[in-house]
Amino acid sequence: MNLTLKVWRQKNAQAAGAFVDYAMSDVSPDMSFLEMLDGLNETLQAKGQEPVAFDHDCREGICGTCSLVINGIPHGPDRATTTCQLHMRKFKAGDVITIEPWRAAPFAVIRDLVVDRGAFERIQRRGGFVSVGTGHAPDANAMAIPKRQADLAMDAAQCIGCGACVAACKNASAMLFVGAKVSQYAHLPQGQPERFRRVLAMVEQHDAEGFGACTNYQECEAVCPKEISVRVIGEMNRDYLRAVLVGVE
Amino acid sequence: MTLTLQAKIPSGPLQGKWDKHKFECKLVNPANKRKFNIIVVGTGLAGASAAASLAELGYNVRAFCFQDSARRAHSIAAQGGINAAKNYQNDGDSVYRLFYDTIKGGDYRSREANVYRLAQVSVNIIDQCVAQGVPFAREYGGTLANRSFGGAQVSRTFYARGQTGQQLLLGAYSALSRQIGLGTVAMHERHEMLDLVLVDGHARGIVTRDLVSGAIDAWAADAVVLATGGYGNVFFLSTNAQGCNVTATWRAHKKGALFANPCYTQIHPTCIPRSGDHQSKLTLMSESLRNDGRVWVPKDASDTGKKPADIAEADRDYYLERMYPSFGNLVPRDIASRAAKRMCDDGKGVGPGGLGVYLDFGDAVKRLGTEIVGERYGNLFEMYQRITDDSPYQTPMRIYPAVHYTMGGLWVDYNLMSNVQGLHVIGEANFSDHGANRLGASALMQGLADGYFVLPYTVGQYLATSNQKKLTGSESEFTTAVAATKARIGQLLAIGGKRSPSSFHKELGLLLWDKCGMGRNAAGLQQALAKIPSIREEFWGNCNVLGDGDSYNVALEKAGRVADFLEFGELMCKDALERNESCGGHFREEFQSEGGEAQRDDDNYTHVSAWQYTGDPATAVLIKEPLIFEEVHPSTRSYK
Repeated sequence: MNLTLKVWRQKNAQAAGAFVDYAMSDVSPDMSFLEMLDGLNETLQAKGQEPVAFDHDCREGICGTCSLVINGIPHGPDRATTTCQLHMRKFKAGDVITIEPWRAAPFAVIRDLVVDRGAFERIQRRGGFVSVGTGHAPDANAMAIPKRQADLAMDAAQCIGCGACVAACKNASAMLFVGAKVSQYAHLPQGQPERFRRVLAMVEQHDAEGFGACTNYQECEAVCPKEISVRVIGEMNRDYLRAVLVGVE
Repeated sequence: MTLTLQAKIPSGPLQGKWDKHKFECKLVNPANKRKFNIIVVGTGLAGASAAASLAELGYNVRAFCFQDSARRAHSIAAQGGINAAKNYQNDGDSVYRLFYDTIKGGDYRSREANVYRLAQVSVNIIDQCVAQGVPFAREYGGTLANRSFGGAQVSRTFYARGQTGQQLLLGAYSALSRQIGLGTVAMHERHEMLDLVLVDGHARGIVTRDLVSGAIDAWAADAVVLATGGYGNVFFLSTNAQGCNVTATWRAHKKGALFANPCYTQIHPTCIPRSGDHQSKLTLMSESLRNDGRVWVPKDASDTGKKPADIAEADRDYYLERMYPSFGNLVPRDIASRAAKRMCDDGKGVGPGGLGVYLDFGDAVKRLGTEIVGERYGNLFEMYQRITDDSPYQTPMRIYPAVHYTMGGLWVDYNLMSNVQGLHVIGEANFSDHGANRLGASALMQGLADGYFVLPYTVGQYLATSNQKKLTGSESEFTTAVAATKARIGQLLAIGGKRSPSSFHKELGLLLWDKCGMGRNAAGLQQALAKIPSIREEFWGNCNVLGDGDSYNVALEKAGRVADFLEFGELMCKDALERNESCGGHFREEFQSEGGEAQRDDDNYTHVSAWQYTGDPATAVLIKEPLIFEEVHPSTRSYK
């Protein structure tokens, strides 16, 4: 099939960006979206034009590197699917496809469709862990954890840190990302000692990075490729409130 | 100058070697640890766990990854699980059994002492991960769940749905993040290592390129740890992430580190077949699927065009169950891959090009119901459906083998140090534990064993005894290496030819898959050895690397990695040609039994082949480390 791509091109963080139109022909429905962009880049290079920069790595939906707002939707139209797993059979001949980077003030554009997600790293470093050094651990079965709690922790732990939640949110809130980490540990006994300290520190960093607050539009859940539920935001808010009112210990 | 390799395996009984060695390792006084700087390159399971553990001990750590976050290293994609000899299932598992299975699974081409240590520390890994809050699968009673995996008859695999690698990596990443927050690790994302710096024969630093700004920098340290993964992407199509590359280990090789067993590559049996020339990677479907899925092809080649539902039960050949009745669908990866290839070579393959076999869940759905099958494999089924548009609940999956893991890597001794003093190599980047074939759920185990529980002891031994002077990174060795790196980048940008870097990668990959893939023979390898230098020559004369070196430039990154693959691929073929036997993943078609099984030559090849760089891969010098079996008697592997 033949398509028209409107791709955001931007030389670096300082430069102004603009959409550039590219005509794509002979796109196979079995291609992944990124393979279609590989094809575009081969064509551009053959013409002596620099390839479009986009973030990608594992191409199996788990590393969280790939991004792209496709026709206005982070990770494109397919439910629970990262851009790298989106296939061209979801489009039809003649479509015009708009491709943009994640747009949020804390995610500066590095080049074209690549953004800087360093803010997520800094949030993680404030509390996204259990403070246990190598070698401190008791036997793994010493502590029985109810299956339901382990499953709830796992549901939250599936977050791939891609940032789609931020890109979808009109407030550029990263509450789904933060909530997922907070919720994972809140459901596990290992997470209890630092539970309230963690939520305060991570939320503080979230705010300091310039992410907005959650106003319950739930766009984040709708675009999350791992279908992280907004339940985690509620859990985070509950723990945060308790930490503020009662203290951390 | 010929090197002799000292594996430094401790004396004494196998069971006591590691404890004895830990006691004998010199310690660094706690107050002195902060005076030592350690560089860790790569932040997958091995690198992240090592960086975190070393920092916890008090060392100053500087870590590098080319991804935009340490959490995105390709360990994250491991699906099935991690082995540990916990024997929670009371089914007869033990450290010794895990050791034995791993030695046998590796086709008797690994070191006994390393493998035994791996099995020993496997139990600590699970404890550590649980303490970090890794949400492993659990039973209703609250205890940890296990499943079985290829190559084993016990259930020793721990898992977190189909995302075990993700959860383990996020555990290691959380420990690393904590240390970064505490200021004990300086983390450099989007940085690629482009050279290793030696001073007085010791590894004392690296040169990196900042992938965003293009800045070339030198970093000095007291020890260097490479945890940069495997070289599977030399084949272009593999299950590896797009960024996986051989550059760090290859540049270290060019500085003197020996490359061991480069021909040992693992072809994973259950991947989604390719759909066309546009394909950029192959997607793995976890080996755990073989617990409940049954592999088959039509008995009659003329049925291959039919829909699977239209092929009667009696007309299906469940060939793994037929050929290997005691292991059935759970035979090790190399055996399952070769069997699939044999079926397809016999014209019984299904799907486009006849390059596929069925993995059928029909019986499992009947026996267990859709719900339980969905609970076990739902996310894998969804992934399959997204890629192929077919639902495995309704129709059998089509699978075909693909390059997945590389057992070869930089040579290391028992301390995980290469022949270059101070250069430590861990995880998939080294060669040490899997012999000629890795068992499922053992890569995660090795990465974390090396990083959490082995390296923190052995690095101390090196630092406590090496007595090297302190460096700043401005010495002439560093400035020379920086200048050489800049010159090479300039050279790549100046080629000004017509072809893209990817086109060379693809050409090399297809050649290697054809001549040095699942089956190899002397004639094909000789053809590849003749062809690779000419591809390389064309690359340096006709590649077109656009843009500049001072900004984010994906074409330049790719070109540098492809240039290294073009050199490394030659060494891989050379090693495959030299090893006149079949073992594990290395299947030389000339050396097989009548039944088509791999035929080892223990008299002549019970050794590690370690290659020394001479300036040209064609003239690399082979140095052998004999493998001595004191505990296990090498026998013909049988899974029948």
